[in-house]
Parts: sequence; C-alpha cells; structure tokens
Amino acid sequence: MMAYIARRILYAIPILIGVNLLTFALFFVVNKPDDMARVHLGVKHVTPQAIEKWKTERGYDKPLVFNSSADGAAQFTDTIFFRKSVSLFVFDFGRSDDGRDIGLDIRERMWPSLAIALPVLLIGLLTNITFALLMAFFRATYIDVWGVVLCVVLMSISGLFYIIGGQYLISKLLHIVPVSGYDTGLQAFKFILLPVVIGVVSGIGAGSRWYRTIFLEEIGKDYVRTARAKGLSELRVLFYHVLKNAMIPILTGVVVVLPLLFMGSLIMESFFGIPGLGSYTIDAINAQDFAVVRAMVFLGSVLYIIGLMLTDISYTLVDPRVRLG
Amino acid sequence: MMLMKRVCLSLLALMCYTLTGCDGRPWNNPYPAGDDRSNILYSSFDQRPKHLDPAQSYVENEYALIAQIYEPPLQYDYLKRPYTLIPLAASAVPKAVYLDKTGKPLPENAAAGDIAYSVYDITIRPGIRYQPHPAFARHADGSPRYLQLTPHELDAVTRLQDFTGRGTRELVAQDYVYQIKRLAHPRLESPIFGLMSEYIVGLKAYAETLRKAQAAQGRDAFLDIAQFPLEGATLMDRYTYRIKVYGKYPQLVYWLAMPFFAPVAQEVDRFYAQRGMAEKNISLDWYPVGTGPYMLTVNNPNRQMVLERNPNYHGETYPAAGMPGDREAGLLADAGKPLPFIDKAVYSLEKESIPYWNKFLQGYYDTSGISSDNFDQAVRVGLQGEAEAGELLLAKGIRLRTSVGADISYMGFNMLDPVVGGAGERARKLRQAISIAIDYEELISIFRNGRALAAQGPIPPGIFGHVDGQDGVNPHVYDWVQGKPQRKSIETARRLLVEAGYPNGRDAQTGKPLLLHFDIAASGPDDKAYLDWLRKQFAKLDLQLDIRNTDFNRFQEKMHKGNAQIFQWGWNADYPDPENFLFMLYGPNAKVGKNGENAANYSNPEFDRLFEQMKSMDNGPERQAIISRMVETVRHDAPWLWGLHRKKFGLSHQWYHNAQPHEMANNTLKYIRIDPVLRSRMRAEWNAPVLWPLIALLALLVISAAPAVVSYVRRERRAAK
Repeated sequence: MMAYIARRILYAIPILIGVNLLTFALFFVVNKPDDMARVHLGVKHVTPQAIEKWKTERGYDKPLVFNSSADGAAQFTDTIFFRKSVSLFVFDFGRSDDGRDIGLDIRERMWPSLAIALPVLLIGLLTNITFALLMAFFRATYIDVWGVVLCVVLMSISGLFYIIGGQYLISKLLHIVPVSGYDTGLQAFKFILLPVVIGVVSGIGAGSRWYRTIFLEEIGKDYVRTARAKGLSELRVLFYHVLKNAMIPILTGVVVVLPLLFMGSLIMESFFGIPGLGSYTIDAINAQDFAVVRAMVFLGSVLYIIGLMLTDISYTLVDPRVRLG
Repeated sequence: MMLMKRVCLSLLALMCYTLTGCDGRPWNNPYPAGDDRSNILYSSFDQRPKHLDPAQSYVENEYALIAQIYEPPLQYDYLKRPYTLIPLAASAVPKAVYLDKTGKPLPENAAAGDIAYSVYDITIRPGIRYQPHPAFARHADGSPRYLQLTPHELDAVTRLQDFTGRGTRELVAQDYVYQIKRLAHPRLESPIFGLMSEYIVGLKAYAETLRKAQAAQGRDAFLDIAQFPLEGATLMDRYTYRIKVYGKYPQLVYWLAMPFFAPVAQEVDRFYAQRGMAEKNISLDWYPVGTGPYMLTVNNPNRQMVLERNPNYHGETYPAAGMPGDREAGLLADAGKPLPFIDKAVYSLEKESIPYWNKFLQGYYDTSGISSDNFDQAVRVGLQGEAEAGELLLAKGIRLRTSVGADISYMGFNMLDPVVGGAGERARKLRQAISIAIDYEELISIFRNGRALAAQGPIPPGIFGHVDGQDGVNPHVYDWVQGKPQRKSIETARRLLVEAGYPNGRDAQTGKPLLLHFDIAASGPDDKAYLDWLRKQFAKLDLQLDIRNTDFNRFQEKMHKGNAQIFQWGWNADYPDPENFLFMLYGPNAKVGKNGENAANYSNPEFDRLFEQMKSMDNGPERQAIISRMVETVRHDAPWLWGLHRKKFGLSHQWYHNAQPHEMANNTLKYIRIDPVLRSRMRAEWNAPVLWPLIALLALLVISAAPAVVSYVRRERRAAK
C-alpha cells in the first residue's frame, strides 16, 4: 500500500507541473500583464509608468517563460512562470494582486465552503440512497414510475432556478431563514440551512436515478435471492446486503469529491453571500488576479489527485478482493 | 436508536434556537439578536475593496468606507448646491498666492501666463486626535510600544485586534505633508501620481529620489520618506503646511477634499511596515487609521466590514442651512446637532442583486438602488413623466429620491480615423448625421427605464458651465419645439449624409456601401438587444454597422493604439468643475501617443486655446462665456455623440433620515440618522414566519407515503405466510 501511495505521489508531480503550465498558458493567452495592471489600476489617470510600476512590484515585468537576456539557468528561472510556480509546490501561494496573503485567505474561506458542502454531501447521500432504494424496492410500481419522473423533472431544472426559487419561497414568502449572509459558530446554522436544502434537493434527481440503476442491477443477483430465501426482511436485504455490495460505484463517485468539498460552490456561494472558496475563485477570475487563479487551480488539482488516491484506497476497504500493487 | 433520537432532538433544538433565538424576533433576521434596536446602519458591498490606503484607493465602494475614516483638509457642504467646498480638518478653505518665476508674489488677478507657481497654505485646526490604534500605544516611559516588534511578539498576533494596547495623538500638519509624499512612494501605486506630478512642484523628481533610496536600502526595508524633502509640500509650523504647484491650478482645492490628501501618521506607516505584518494581511491598505467620525473595527472583506464611532472624534454639527425646500423635506430637522448620529455601520458582502433587493424589502438593508430587474416593481411613471415610488414601496413607506449624476456616457468617434475622423467637412457632416440618427431618447426609454437625461454637450447638470433650457440645447441635433428639445428629423440627417458624400449610405465616388465599425466591451445580458438596436439606428441612414464586441482588455488596447473607429466611453466627475469634463476634448490630452483621457483624440486649436484660458479662471460670467464657446465648438465638430447623463434612483426606508444625494461627497455617513425602534417594529411586522405551506407539504409527503407503507406491510406479511 505504501509503495502504491509513494508511486502515486511521484506521478502527481508531472501532472501538477502540466496543470500549472496549462493554467499559465491559458491565462496569459487571454491576459497580458499590461491588461492585468489596467484592471487593477482602473481606467482613470493611468499612465504607462504606473503600469510598469505595478508589473515590477508584482514580478510581472519579466518574460513569460524564457528570458533571453539572462544567462544559464536564469533564462528559465528568471521568468514569470518559474517565479510564480515553484513556490506552489511547497504550498506557498504568495500574495494576491491586491496584496493579501492567499494562503491566509484560503485557510479562512475553506470553512464556510465546507460548512455548506459537507452537509450537502452527507445528507444528499443519505437522501439519494434512501430514495433510490425505495424506488428499487417498489420497482415497476407507480411509486417507481413517479419516482423516476420526479427525478427527471428535478434533473431538468437549472441549478440557478433552485437557488432563486428557494430564496423566493423559503426566505421571501415564508420568512423562515435569511435570504443570504453568513455568520460563525451556531449562528451559521440559519444561514446554511437553505443552501444545504437546495444543494440536497437539486442533487436528488441525478443521484437517485444513478443509485437506483446500481441497486436494480444488484437486486437481480443470486446472493439477494439467497438472502430472501433465508427469510430476511426486504428492508434488511436492501439496506444491508444490496447496499453493501453496491458500495464500490457509490464510493467511486463520493470519495473522489471529498477533498474537493473545500473548494466550494461557485454559484451557491455567490447568491447566498457565503464567503467561501468558490466565490473567491470567481472574484479572482473577474479581477484577473492570476496569483489567486493559479493557486486555486493548483489546489484543486492536488485535492483531486488526493481524491483519486483515497478512492483507490477505499476500494480495498469495501472489497477485500481488491489489492493495490 | 437512542443515539439517533438524541441527534435528531439536538438538531431540532439547534434549529429552534438559531432561527427564533427563542425571543419572538423574525426567523429570517440575519443580524445578531442584541442588535435589533441598536443605532446601527445596515448596508452592503458587492466586491471586496482592493485598497483602503488613501494614497491608492480610487473606487466608489472603497470611498464609502475610507471617506468616513480619513479627513482631508476640505469637504463639500452636504446640502448646498452647486457643490461648495467648506473646511473639514482645515480652519479655512485655502486661497492661492501666485508667484512669478523669481518667487515674487503676484496680484490675485494676475494673468495665468504670468503665474509660475501657486502656493496654498493650509492650516489645520488644533486638538483633532486620531482614533485609538496600536501604532500610537506607548510604554510608561513614553517610548512606542509596538514599533519595534520582535518575531516572537508577532507570532502571537493574527489580527490587528490582538494588539491590546491602544493610543492616540494629535493630528498635525506633518501628517498631511507625509501623505503627499506617499503619493510618490516606490512601493505604492497611487492612481493620481501621474497627474499630480504635473502640478506639485518636484513630485516627479521626488519619486525618482525615493526609488533610488528604496533600491539602496533593499526592497522590503522601511523607507523613511519623511527624511526626504519635497519642495511642493512643506511644513510651515505644527498646524500649517504648504502646497506649491506649477502655474495656476485652481482645481487643486477640489483634490484637497479627496482621501488622496488625507493625513497619514508616520508611526502608523512604520507600524504596518514591520516584517511579518503583511503575511497576516495587517497593512495600512487593510486597516485605515484616521481622525474621522468612524473607525474600521471589523475588516473581513470576505464577509463583513464594520465601522464604529471613533471615541476621539473632534465633533462637528449638522449643517444649519441648505437649499430652498430642504426644510420642508425635513433635511434641516437636525440642524446644529452633533455628528455623527449613527453608532455603527455594518456592511455585509452581497454579491447578487436579487438577495439584496429581497433583504431591502424585508427591512434588513436601510437603503437600496434599483436594478433594471426591479424597476417595474419599484417605480411607476407619473402623468408628467416623473418617477414615483410604486405601490409596493409606498405600502412599506419607502421613499424614492432621484438625482442626475455628475457623469457622462457617450459614443465617441476616433478623430484619427480616415473615415469618421479629422476636421474635414465630409467627416464632420457624417458625424452630425449619425448624431441625429441615433435616438438617445429612445435608448433611455427602452434600456434605462427613463433613468437618464440625453446629453446636450460634455458638461452634466449641476456642474458650472451647464446651461438648461433652450440656450443649453445642442442646435446641431435638436430643435426647440413647444418649450422642449426635439431631435431633428431623419431627413435632416440624410441630407447631411448626402452633403458628406454618402447618399443612401454609399460612397458617392466608389459606389460602395459605407461600413462603420463600433468597438465595445459588452458582456451583459442586455447588451445583445442594445447592439441590435444600435444597428437599426445606423440602418436609418442605410449605414452598415460592424460591431466589434471584445473583452475589456482588447478594447483598452484598441483605444490606446487608436484602432477603434466608433466606441463607447464614459466619465465620472472627480470634482465639480467644467475642466474635469472639457479636458477630455483637449488636444494635448489625447489617448493615442499622450496617454490622456481624450479618448476621441479630438484636436481643435481654438478649443485648446480656450481650454487653457478657461481652466485657470474662477467661476463667473466671463468663464461661462468661454465655456459656451467651447461647447459650441465641440457640438459643431461632433467628436462625440453626447450620449447621456445617468439619473440615479435611491430608495430609503421610513426610518432612514437626512438622505440627500450628493455626487461629490463621500463622507456622508455622519449626516444620516435612523430610527432603530421603528425599524425593529417594521421588521417584525413584515417578516412573521409563514409555516402552513411547510406543514401542508409535510402532510402531503406523509399521505403520499401511506400507500407505499401499506404495500410494504402487505408484502412483508405475504412473505411471512
């Protein structure tokens, strides 16, 4: 197992370099350092000297990837790409273009993201599995048919509609929770309740249909017939035997997203005023803050790689036949 | 099972506690229970501020905060119109003393050409003290407590609040001089450095001196700029400093009302410059320190910013006089009372307009603008075409106030372009024809819900030089009919087009259709409809319009290189002087080659001559006459389609008092008074929780599940048999 993890970590290094290079290329194809300076300095009274000063202060005055005026290794190291990328590998994210420490902002903002994403994942998982098992249990009855119809309807509605509709109905008409905002501690509950409910409801359609398919496939297998023949109740058959054996595909979908929960939800955070990492990323893209964009992409890549590793490890836990070599 | 039950009960209890607070207040109240009847103003910000350093900040949402904290020498009278400067920290509005090249004083009425320098002596009122701050904290022996922090001491600090010691000191003239020097600091990017270095004597060279000094000391070392003298900003005595500018620059006094010229204490700068502070996001750019009525006590740009009353505030009273009608409008009810009225202002992050609007209607924000989405819901148009608060707002006692912005949004012709540009008659008549064809009244009606005024020239209402009525109408585009301007007919435009050599939109010489190019950075949801509308306006003259929609960066690049042909641009006034608008048509201020704000690259020697004469004049009939000539010149040349001036609509609740739109002042929070008791009562009335739909939904779910349960039980029994 340890050898496998070590090997995967080594594989991750070229992947991360590639991701970093790609982010760099995509960003600077669209934006030049001069453009970034103009966005930050505004459009009034901006002089070329001010733009040069802004670039120099942030290290954007250097060539992008190759410095022909330097000698030796400096041709590659005295560039924007090298200087902005190397520190990432020790998780030193540096400063945003408006001067704030990115690492500090990430550490502050991941908690609100997590406060939304974790309950959505857990409650959503529980709801989807229960609903899928219910449909599987009543397969080919009106409950199954209408359940599937409901899932398709829920899947067809835009995520934005859930948010705006949820805010309108629950907050504006019924006055149950605040429309938006965030607080710390126990007071956070009233702010995250609606986003969590919306997150769960909007995920029921796709999740339940998928799990239903998995469960239906399992239900037809011999061990289920055996369990029933032993006289087990249908609930026990479903929730114990079927669920256990259907765990591998469920784990594939769930464990891989676990680390990414820190990254937050882009639209949800924006509409609910949640100060998480999703809105942080959106703000950075709008402000053409390359320092934050590359930090978030890098962090997302690292977390995704960790997620994949965790998925592989989790296979060994739920299925003894799987060995990591 | 017991565990599950306990978890469920705990969750239920948590829900009850956090939603209701067990005190009967509205469940959807986003603020802490203890604040319900407190004297707190609630507002929002949609983008986190980039800079709160007065040398760098230049954005409206940042000024909303720092203008309440920093006190420049001057401010605008809150009620008087036209906008009038009055002293803030200064004892009087300074008057310029003019000097010739040898330094000899000149009379007040000296010709601008004879004036080599203008000198402003500004005296600060004694006794003004800074807000409590660790930078001013001292040990018992009088030595600074936090100006030489060790790494160990800094380890224990994560926020500014972690410094337990606080101190203050008196505001002195040196602090103003220090801030002027900061405009040239090599580590700061002051947006007005380029402009000010053209006026403040020695500022450009001073920046170079500082740059070299910083390079010699090392990039991260604290640069003690106080050691380096600047000829244009000098200390006269403890409370007086002098600003010396080249030539005659009467607009300087307006800049003295902006945060760029607010005081910064050197020890504050030194405090924040200590190694390790920046890594904790503790900097002057994030924690402003001033003498104003408020201080920033919570600075979390990711969630909330809070201003609280500065206990050391020197005091000021509400204006005793205003304009006719102000008394009747209740704007003088607080005349002479001490400021500020509000104890605390809470600004919450609110990025989307829909939640903001809903919270405003629920009473959780005290004021709001009106977005296009909400316009029909909020406003109705009266019989005379005037905007009034709609029924929804009237029912809640919400008041509507409108004002015309000191701004202009125009469509410009690149005067360097061979087709639409230049001083030739052909191009001029083409521009005039287009100016008539593009119906701004229709645009305002369709796309802005009537929230703008069609511009007649470059100067907006409220700024000296603007003329109302028939005399103020652009005679090249409008006729005066039955007491109001009427756009000339499309036949007039077509006739001009024929005279320009483009009959039916075709070049008379080549017979080819005239294709014009419009550059814009448009990405909003309404932009496609707007661009389609614009094509139709050009099509009235059989002109083809190629729309080159691009992103902000490419658009800026095109403008800087002069590659745009027709473009859209705008300007917000820095100060209420016609110079701040007419300079956008001054030849030496062209964007191409000179990097100025003259985006059309318009150049007319007569206009330039008049501009140079006008900019240094005092307001009066003589200046008005010159401005009128200048405006007529540019109306004739038509380098812009004059576009529109925005009409701003502001809403405020019935508990919000002394609201008066002010286009120039940003330090207006101190004048606002609220009635928190009334607000609390109205919130409770408007936000009683409605539970029956949820109960009905729950019942529906139970009923729906019943057949399934029955079926399951039957199936289980059947299996058992």
